[in-house]
Amino acid sequence: MGNNQQKCATAPAIRVANLSKTFRIPHEKNSTLKGAALSIFKKKQFTKFKATQDISFDVAKGEFLGIIGRNGSGKSTLLKMLAGIYVPDKGKIEIDGRVSPFLELGVGFNPELTARENIYLGGALLGLTHKDVEEKFDGILKFAELEEFVDMRFKNFSSGMQVRLAFSLSIFAHAEILLMDEVLAVGDSNFQSKCLQEFNRYKREHRTVVLVSHDIGTVQRYCDRVMLLEKGEMLQVGDPKSVCDTYVKLNMDEWQKRMDDFTESLELADTVEPIKVGRVEFIKKGESTSAFLTGDDLVLRVYITVNDKAIKKFNCGASLFSDEDIYIYGTNSVLDQVDTTSYLKKGYFEISFKNIPLKNNNYYFKIGISSEDDSKIYDFLDMSEVFRVNSNSQTQGIIEMEHSWN
Amino acid sequence: MLDRSNYNLSLIRELAITGFKLKFKGSFFGYLWSLMRPLFLFIILYLVFTFVFKLGKAIPNYPVYLLIGVTLWGFFVEATAVVMSSIVASGDLIRKIYFPRIVIPVAMGLTSFITLLLNMVVVFGFVLFSRIPIGPSILLLPLYLVEFYVFTLGIALFLSAVYVRFRDIGPIWEIVSQALFYGTPILYSLALVNHVWLVRLMMINPLAQMIQGIRLSFLGTGVVTSASVLGYFAFIPVALVIVTFLIGYTVFQSMAKKFAEEV
Repeated sequence: MGNNQQKCATAPAIRVANLSKTFRIPHEKNSTLKGAALSIFKKKQFTKFKATQDISFDVAKGEFLGIIGRNGSGKSTLLKMLAGIYVPDKGKIEIDGRVSPFLELGVGFNPELTARENIYLGGALLGLTHKDVEEKFDGILKFAELEEFVDMRFKNFSSGMQVRLAFSLSIFAHAEILLMDEVLAVGDSNFQSKCLQEFNRYKREHRTVVLVSHDIGTVQRYCDRVMLLEKGEMLQVGDPKSVCDTYVKLNMDEWQKRMDDFTESLELADTVEPIKVGRVEFIKKGESTSAFLTGDDLVLRVYITVNDKAIKKFNCGASLFSDEDIYIYGTNSVLDQVDTTSYLKKGYFEISFKNIPLKNNNYYFKIGISSEDDSKIYDFLDMSEVFRVNSNSQTQGIIEMEHSWN
Repeated sequence: MLDRSNYNLSLIRELAITGFKLKFKGSFFGYLWSLMRPLFLFIILYLVFTFVFKLGKAIPNYPVYLLIGVTLWGFFVEATAVVMSSIVASGDLIRKIYFPRIVIPVAMGLTSFITLLLNMVVVFGFVLFSRIPIGPSILLLPLYLVEFYVFTLGIALFLSAVYVRFRDIGPIWEIVSQALFYGTPILYSLALVNHVWLVRLMMINPLAQMIQGIRLSFLGTGVVTSASVLGYFAFIPVALVIVTFLIGYTVFQSMAKKFAEEV
C-alpha cells in the first residue's frame, strides 16, 4: 500500500477529480417531433439516475487498478467517461498517455468481412493507421493463430477464433493506458488463461490498466489497488484483499435479504400426508443464512409435520442440485443407517455437511420422505429455497478439490 | 506516437471502403446495380419526355443533360438518406468505443461519393458516345463535385444528428427533397422558364448552381448557369453551400457529445 501511494504522488497517468454523471431518464421518450411538440406544453418528467457521484482518484503510471461493484453501481459509466465515450456532467479527468478507446473486445468487427479486412477496420478504430496495421499484420495473425483463415469471413469463425483475433489486435494496438470492461467474461477457459498471461505481461511492462470486473479472483490476483463502487459512490479504495472482502459481504447481505423475501412467499399449507416436508433452512455457525463460502460448514435443517402419530420410523433424504439441475450429491437415513425416531418428536431433521467443496453457484435440495421400506412416498419437495456459494478461488469446474502440487 | 488527424483520416478511409464493400456484398451484379438505378430512371424519363411531352427537342443534348441531372440527384438523395441513419445504425460502435463521431457521416458520405465518381465515368462514356466535344470547361468538374459533396454532407450532418432524437425528420426530409426535386432543373431546362426573376430565384438554389455547372463542364455550351443569370451575385449559391455546411457541422458537433447516451 505505502508503495502505491508513493507512486501516485509522483506521476499519475489518470487523475480524476469530483466526477459526476447523472442520466435523465424521461418517463415518456419523445422520439417523434409530434411528441416533442406536445411535450413543450407539459412539464417534462424525468427520473434522475445518479450513475456516479463525486468520484476522485488517481491512477499511477504502471498501476493496475480494479473497479468492482454490483450491477448499476456505476463502474461501466466511470470507465466510459475515462474512455471519452460519455462526457461527465461535473468534474475533471486528466489523462497522460494514449488511452485505448475501446472497452470490449471485438467492437467494430463486421461479420461480413474477412479476417484481413476486419484487422484493418478494427485497427483503424483502435487508433492504428493503415501503415501501422500493414507492419503489424503478420504479428497479429500469428498471435491469434489464424494465418490460414486470413481470407475467411468473420461470421464463419468459431467464437473462440473471433475472440482470439479481437484480443490479438487489441494487444498490438499498444495503448499506454488500457481500459477494460469484463474482458474475461467472454471466451473459453483456454482463452481466459491466455488473457491472464497477457495481464501478467502488462504488469511486467508497467503499463497502466483499469479493469472493471465482477470476478473478485481476477481482481485480487492482478490489481495493485481496487475501488469498490456502490450506487454511484466510491465506497472504498485500497488494498485488494480488504476491498474484496467488503464487496463479498455487501453481496451476501443482499442475497440474504432477497432469500428472506423469497422464503416468506413460500410458506406452505398443510395437507393430510402422514409426514409432510415443511420449511427448509440452511444454517451456518448456528445462524440461518443462504450465503456461503467454499469450505464453510453447512447444516441443512428440514422441518417436518407429523400427521399420523402411528408412524414410528421413516426414511428421509436430501439430494443436492446446482441451479443448472446437475445432481451433485444425495443421501438418506436408510443408506446412512440412521435412527429417525427422534426426528418425529423434534419436528425437524438436520444433515451437517462439513467443509462444502462447492464453487461459485446457486444450489438447492430436493427433499424426500418415505416409509422405511420405501414402499410409500409420504412427501417430496421438488425444489427447496436456493442458497448461494461464493468462492475466492480461480480454479475451474463445479467442485473444489483439495489438491497439492509436487 | 500518433498524429490525431492522421488517425481520423485513416479511420474515415477504412470506414468508407468498408461501407462500399458491404453495400454490394452478396449481390451478384454488385456495383452494377448502382449504375442500373440511374440508368433505368434515365431511360424512363427520356422516353416520357421525348415522346410524350416532347421536352427533349427543346433542350440540346437532352439525353446527356438528363443523365447528368438524374445521376447527381440520385447521389444527393442516397447520400442524405444513408448518412441520416448512420449514427443510429452505428449505435453499438458509439456506445463502446471512442472516436470523433463525425468520422461516421463523413465516411458514409464518401461511400456514396465513390459511387457517384464511378457514375461520372459512365456519364463521360455517354458524352463521348454522343460525339459531344469535350472542352476546357471539364476542368471545373472536380471543383463542382467537391462542392456537391460538401453541400450534401452539410445537410446530411444536420439530418443524422437530429435523427438520433427525432425520427420524424426522416419523412420530413423525404417531403422536402421531393419539393427540391421539382424546384431544381433536373428534368427540365431553365430556358423553358419565362420569368427572369423566377429563373434568378431558382439559380440561387445551390443544387441548381452545381448541377447546371456540371452540365456545362461536360457540354461546353447551351446551359443556363448561375453566373449567366445572377452575374455578380453568382457567389450567393456558393456562399449558401458554405453556410449550410457550417450549420450542419456545428449542430452535429454540439449534439455529438451525447450520442453515446441517446443512440
